[in-house]
Amino acid sequence: MIYAQILAGGKGTRMGHVPMPKQFLSLADKPILIHTIEKFVLERRFDAIIVVCPIDWLSHTNELIKKYIHDKRVQVVVGGSDRNDTLMKGIAFIRDHYGIHEDDILITHDAVRPFVTERIINDNIAAVLTHDAVDTVIPATDTIIQSTTTAVDAIPVRSTMYQGQTPQSFKISILVKAYDSLTAHQKASLTDACKIVLLAGYPVSRVRGEAFNIKITTPYDLRVATALIEERS
Amino acid sequence: MLNQVYRLVSARQFEVQTVTETVTSNDIIVRPKYLSVCHADQRYFTGNRPQAVLRQKLAMALIHEGVGEVIVDPQGQFKPGALVTMIPNTPEQTDNVIQENYLPTSKFRSSGYDGFMQEYVCMKRDRVIQLPSNFDPEMSAFLEMVSVGVQGLTRLTTVMDADDRRIGIWGDGNLGYITAVLVKQLFTESQLIIFGRHQSKLDYFSFADQTYLVDAIPATLQISQAIECTGGRGSELAIDQIINHLRPMGTAILMGVSEDPVDIDTRDLLAKGITLRGTSRSSRADFEQAIALLAASPVTRERLQSLIGLTRKVRTVQDITEFFESNLSHCWGKAVMAWEV
Repeated sequence: MIYAQILAGGKGTRMGHVPMPKQFLSLADKPILIHTIEKFVLERRFDAIIVVCPIDWLSHTNELIKKYIHDKRVQVVVGGSDRNDTLMKGIAFIRDHYGIHEDDILITHDAVRPFVTERIINDNIAAVLTHDAVDTVIPATDTIIQSTTTAVDAIPVRSTMYQGQTPQSFKISILVKAYDSLTAHQKASLTDACKIVLLAGYPVSRVRGEAFNIKITTPYDLRVATALIEERS
Repeated sequence: MLNQVYRLVSARQFEVQTVTETVTSNDIIVRPKYLSVCHADQRYFTGNRPQAVLRQKLAMALIHEGVGEVIVDPQGQFKPGALVTMIPNTPEQTDNVIQENYLPTSKFRSSGYDGFMQEYVCMKRDRVIQLPSNFDPEMSAFLEMVSVGVQGLTRLTTVMDADDRRIGIWGDGNLGYITAVLVKQLFTESQLIIFGRHQSKLDYFSFADQTYLVDAIPATLQISQAIECTGGRGSELAIDQIINHLRPMGTAILMGVSEDPVDIDTRDLLAKGITLRGTSRSSRADFEQAIALLAASPVTRERLQSLIGLTRKVRTVQDITEFFESNLSHCWGKAVMAWEV
C-alpha cells in the first residue's frame, strides 16, 4: 500500500502573533493546507492520505476538508507533541486501520509546502519503491556556514551541500524499526525525519526538489508565496 | 489548485509560473504525457516573430499538440488514466455558420493562451477525446496536425469540382507529409503528386505516385486539385506554380502560414476560374474524423509513425530549452517530448 501523510501539526510559532497556525492561513483564497492536499489527491496510487493536525484544530481541519476536498481517502488524525511524534501518530493510525505490511510506503509532506509538483511526488514514489528512504533536496545556492558559537567553525564545500525539502518518503517498516532503535537522547535531537533512518544506519536516497517548493514558515514566506501565484485569466 | 505553468518569457528563455486553477464540474484535469513541437512554437522560441507579436503574446506556455492522461473527471465520463488527445482550439461561442476554428473569439493554445507545457492542463469536457488503446502515444502527440490535414481535405471536398484524377501537394515538410498520407487514404483512385524543395525529404513520400523538385516540374504537367503546405516565404512560389499547373476550374487549398503578405498572379487565377480556399487549425469534428481514419487504417498509422523524429524525455526547464535547441538542427520529422517536468 502507498500512503501519504500531510504533516499539519505545527502551531505556527514562527509566523508571529497570528492566532491561527500557518497551515490554515489563506493563500490565493484558500487555506495553505488545502492547496497541499489538492496536489496529493490527484495521485491515484495513494491508498490513504493522512492529514495530521494539532488537537485544538481537529474540527477546523475536518470542516475545511469537508468544504474543499471530496476524496474519501483523506483522513484526519491528531498529531503529537513534536514533529516526529506527529509522524509516528500518523503511522499508528495506518497500523490501526490498515495494518503494516513489509512493502508499505509512506510519502510524508509538510502541509506548508503547497508548491509541490506531480513530478516531485512521482519521483518520491518511484524512488522509495526501490530504496528504504528518500529525501527531496535542492543544491545549496548560498554558502553554508557551520557554527556553534559566535565564530565560524567550518565552511563546507558548497557543491556537496543540499537543502532538504519534503516530501520525505520511507518504507514504513524501516522507519518504525529505525525510530524504535534510537535512544531518547537521539530522538530529542531530531529535526528531520530522514535523520531517524540515517542515525539507525540505513541509507537515504535523494530526489530533486524545486527551488519554488518553499516552506511557508514566516510572514515573509507568505508574502513571497502570494507573489508567486497568478490567477488564471 | 496550484498549477505550475512552464512559459516562454522571451526568446530561448522558459520560466515556471504558479497559476491558481478553478476546476468546475465541466472541466477535466489532464496530465500532459507526450507533447509535439510545431513550427509556430519553434518561431516563438527563437523569437522569429514581429516584436509587437512577442510583446503581446509572451509570457505564454507553448505547445498545442499533445496527449495526456486523465487525472480527474468530476463527472466520471473519463476513467482516470485514460489517454486523451487535447484539442487546442477553445471556442467561447457557437455560430450556425462559422466553424469553431474560424471564430475570432475562440482561444487557441500557444497563441496568446497557455499551451500544454503545464504540470496539469484543465480542459473543458468537450476539448478532450479518448484515444483507442492501439494508438501509439508518441504518434498521437501530433494528432492535432492530422486534424489540420483533415480540415484542409474536408474543405477541399466541399469546394472542388468533380475532377479528382490528380491531386498535387506543394510542400515536403511535416504538414505536406501528413496531408499526403490522408489523401492516399481518402482519395484512393487519385494520382498523388508531391512538389518539394528537398530531394532528401521527397524520398520519404514513397507512397506517392510521383514527386518533383519545384525547379524541375514539367511545363505541361496538369493537376486537378492542389494543396499548398509550404508556408513562410515558400508560399508565393508555391501559389504561383499551383496557378500555372492547375487545370481550369480547379481548387487550391492554402494551408501554409505566411508571415508576410505574398503576391498572387490574379490575371491567370481569374482566367482559369481557380478557387483559392484558405484553411486554418481544426475543430473537434476534425479530431474525431482523424481518429476514425487512423483507427480504420493500420497503414496510415504506420506511415505517420515514421514521421516521429526527435524524441526525448524532459524533466527540467533546462531540458525543455535543450529540446527546442536540438529540434532546430533536425530537418525531418515531428519532435516529441516525453513530458515529465
